[in-house]
Amino acid sequence: MARITADRKHAPSAYSTLDVLQVLYDRVLRISPETVDAPDRDRFLLSKGHGPAAYYAVLAAKGYFPAEWLDDIGGRGSPLGHHPDRVLVPGVEVGTGSLGHGLGLATGVALGLRAQGYVGTRTFVLLGDAELDEGSNHEAIAYLAAVGLPVTAIVIDNQSATHGWPGGIAVRFPGWQVSHVDGRDHDDIAAALRERPDRPHVVIARVEPKGQ
Amino acid sequence: MMRETFVATTTALLAEDPRTALVLADISADAFEPARRRHPDRVLNVGIREQLMTGVAGGLALTGLRPYVHSYAPFAVDRAYEQLKLDLGHQDAGAVIVTIGGSYDASAEGYTHQSPGDVALLDTLEGWTVHVPGHADEAAEMLRAAARHDDRVYVRLSATQNAKACPGTDLKVIRRGTSGAVVLAVGPMLDPVLAATWGLDVTVAYTNTPRPLDTAGLLALHPTEVIVAEPYLAGTSSRVIAAALAHVPHRSLHLGVSRTEHRGYGTPADHAAHHGLDAMGLRRSIEEFL
Repeated sequence: MARITADRKHAPSAYSTLDVLQVLYDRVLRISPETVDAPDRDRFLLSKGHGPAAYYAVLAAKGYFPAEWLDDIGGRGSPLGHHPDRVLVPGVEVGTGSLGHGLGLATGVALGLRAQGYVGTRTFVLLGDAELDEGSNHEAIAYLAAVGLPVTAIVIDNQSATHGWPGGIAVRFPGWQVSHVDGRDHDDIAAALRERPDRPHVVIARVEPKGQ
Repeated sequence: MMRETFVATTTALLAEDPRTALVLADISADAFEPARRRHPDRVLNVGIREQLMTGVAGGLALTGLRPYVHSYAPFAVDRAYEQLKLDLGHQDAGAVIVTIGGSYDASAEGYTHQSPGDVALLDTLEGWTVHVPGHADEAAEMLRAAARHDDRVYVRLSATQNAKACPGTDLKVIRRGTSGAVVLAVGPMLDPVLAATWGLDVTVAYTNTPRPLDTAGLLALHPTEVIVAEPYLAGTSSRVIAAALAHVPHRSLHLGVSRTEHRGYGTPADHAAHHGLDAMGLRRSIEEFL
């Protein structure tokens, strides 16, 4: 992370995801640079494409691309932008940045895997609490609950939604299994992400509020 | 007729090719119910959620399936434009978007159910093949061809069709004149154009695939006047025609649906007359121009 200095604009959102990403790639996802195109690999979709510095750092540490790439985020000719592009970056499953696209894409990915018989393959998608403002998420949240598709959504809650979520984030996911974790506690995060309910699962990872 | 062909062809594709998937947002769900019962994992109705419909299609494509997506044009294109741009194009993923309603097939439903701007909107995006079949048999051929690759394809079905099908997707000469005037009819505009130009010394050409337009076929006609009659927003193809004929002295006229909202109901034929796209209106515009 220390190498990454270019993306100052998105610094709080970059660090909010770091621990969850480390746990995912260290302890949960069945994927490696060698299996990056394997049809039955686990899928991780970063919906909250803002502040991908932590994401890039974890991918580089895992060997998906050379760590030198991290020195030029957003530079001319760099494959790493301030929002990730799946066409340019090995290991990136979806290109995001405009909020509210990851959950719909993850729904399609999970359905496509199921239709092809990859029943052991898991689909994860990471969102921010402010990203839930986008209505498109709620189309996917309701549909996933209705059909009982076992997607795992992680919501990083750094209380950055302008109007907040009175009553909490969990009640926005009716019909989902809900876990609350400390977004800085690796064992807590790993335990929740290893659960495999037969319906959609939202893991709400609380971190320090944005700006503090 | 085209809608029935779409249902029959796609139902057959789902049975023949395990790569085929269909994503619906309630529209035409009843017609696809037999297919859904046979292939519950590949026929997916997400409810009245058009953003999700195209997001799901993008996700399916990323796992290697070939998704067909279907709704009214205003919901599949206008409403979910950013999903077409990002969940398909930006992901370098493909899908086959099949729409009904078009410009004013839903004439009595009002402007909410109409999309004269669908092809113009797709023209802002990279890599879309746009089919506007003029006959149900053409639609069947296009839908089958689209199953064999992963590109982005738009199939704009219409409630009206020409008397005869023109197989293939290249530009075809239907009637040859001796002047340099070429009237290019797109999809279901062919029969009205043929009626409108009866007795005029013009060449009538036809395409059911305005993108990519067969510009070589157009240039081969050595046109000095080009009149385009397209069943969506007037001028949609002016950019493509201007580029194709950039080095050829020519005049051009672009006929299509007006940008001004028609706050009236009635039949599709009433709307065609209102926009000057019936045989009489076309004749008037063409004669005035020539």
